[in-house]
Amino acid sequence: MSSIHGNPSGYGRRKLMDRVMTTLAYLCAAAAIIPLTWIIVYVVIKGLGAWDAEFFTGLPQLFGDGGGVRNGIVGTLVIVGLATLMGVPIGVMAGIYLAEYGNNRFGTVVRFLADTMTGIPSIVVGIFAFGLIVVNTGGFSAFAGSVALALLMIPVITRTTEEIIRLVPDSIREASLGLGVSRWKTILRVVVPTALSGIVTGVLLAVARVAGETAPLILTILGTNFPISANIFDGPSTTLSLQIYQLGAQPSPEVVEVAWGAAMLLVLIVLGTSILARVIFRGQSVRGR
Amino acid sequence: MTMKRTEETMREEGRSGDREHRPNTRTTEVAGRSSGGVKSAEPVVTVENLSMYYGSFKALQDVNMRIDRNSVTALIGPSGCGKSTFIRSINRMHEIVPKARVEGKVILDGEDVYAPDVDPVRVRRKVGMVFQKPNPFPTMSIYDNVLAGIKLGGKRKKGELDEVVERTLRQAALWDEVKDKLKQGGTSLSGGQQQRLCIARTLAIEPEVILMDEPASALDPVSTQKIEDAMEDLKERYTVVIVTHNMQQAARISDYTGFFFIENMGDPGRLWEFDETSKMFSNPNRKETEDYVTGRFG
Repeated sequence: MSSIHGNPSGYGRRKLMDRVMTTLAYLCAAAAIIPLTWIIVYVVIKGLGAWDAEFFTGLPQLFGDGGGVRNGIVGTLVIVGLATLMGVPIGVMAGIYLAEYGNNRFGTVVRFLADTMTGIPSIVVGIFAFGLIVVNTGGFSAFAGSVALALLMIPVITRTTEEIIRLVPDSIREASLGLGVSRWKTILRVVVPTALSGIVTGVLLAVARVAGETAPLILTILGTNFPISANIFDGPSTTLSLQIYQLGAQPSPEVVEVAWGAAMLLVLIVLGTSILARVIFRGQSVRGR
Repeated sequence: MTMKRTEETMREEGRSGDREHRPNTRTTEVAGRSSGGVKSAEPVVTVENLSMYYGSFKALQDVNMRIDRNSVTALIGPSGCGKSTFIRSINRMHEIVPKARVEGKVILDGEDVYAPDVDPVRVRRKVGMVFQKPNPFPTMSIYDNVLAGIKLGGKRKKGELDEVVERTLRQAALWDEVKDKLKQGGTSLSGGQQQRLCIARTLAIEPEVILMDEPASALDPVSTQKIEDAMEDLKERYTVVIVTHNMQQAARISDYTGFFFIENMGDPGRLWEFDETSKMFSNPNRKETEDYVTGRFG
């Protein structure tokens, strides 16, 4: 009869291996968050100096103290807002379709196209919007920019919505159908609410993602150091992301500092959006626990 | 209505008379069983020659059954012999599964639920269902869970909602445990409470028939007891069909028992024997039934 004491099965070696691997995994996890923390800290250090009253209320001054990015803040809100208005309904509804009715050839095609669209470089989407809207309407406009951003959002929102809705257990659908609730009401009043926290999180992340897009905007809204055009269908506009690119390339150090300030603001907006998504749905998952 | 009932009764008597001359009658004919039974012999559901397929696989063959109003019918049998499939065919819930189809008739209150112009949604409002695993709606409170069928079904009775909640939760033997926390989430309850909540939710749509697919199989004995107690009261107002693997449960709560069985691997399931519960558990006609209820196999 063998004793449970002693070391015939290499218990000591196994224990040591366990320590080594745990430490390794821990270090890798730390390495993964170092760049993120570094970026945030670095951007804050570089950008904090630019934040004063004028930064939020003034316009960029290429000569002198650099001015502010009021037009970029307003432009970001307008363009990202418009893109959200256009992209979210289409994306969410397409996702619901794919999850609930998409097990057919058409669904497969849509899913494949959405996946392909996710991988298309944003500059290509930008030049598409340029060719489609800017050329045909005769000029750069906030609308053209938001169409480009919406096109970038739609496939991402579609696929996240589909995945989240697929996570809703079939037993919930059965419960509703078994009560004599019609299919569309089951989807609208039972399935979607159950998946809502996930859908909203996906939408917010997609919005945060396009808020940082720059390349397609160069081709659609052009950028400006003056107040953005009041007409969204005509006249150049600008956003924080575009200003980081354009002001950051200026020779004057004061102007470059304003670009850093804009970078800090953009990072905080994106971070704030993610935190918001978590706070709203704290502790909720698709199972609603 | 009265006319029809009389006719039914007469036919019933005729058939039961027949049966005495043929004691070894097959299950298909046992469906027209003795009318000297437990309650009034008005059928609420009549199943005729029902066969069921999943794609090309035949899951169920030639089931005939009569379910009397205000009775409890237990369906027993080994796993995979079509009991759940069968009750899902009564309220057309099997249609959720792609490629599932049915042959034969299910007559509910004189109407074939498979007639082309029948809306399955309406069938399900008359034939409610309680599932094996408790499945309250996670986004809704206890209160809203009970009313989900009423609110989402568009049949909204104004002002009576509080009363419906209390009445159905009492019928499901859950009221005392939840009356102070109706606004809490339905999933905050224990498994046994959740299942009783699901029963209350089904009662709220006031179905005529309640189908229960092993409602207590995932529950502890205390919760099971509470659900069985609730069912005793439900019989007064509803017709219950319950699938169970628990022989004692079938014997305790049901008036009629149906035994489903597959003789050879790969065959479709059949209703092997159907009779009053007391007979099924004491002196069944077929050997397989006796073996099963006495625990010799299955």
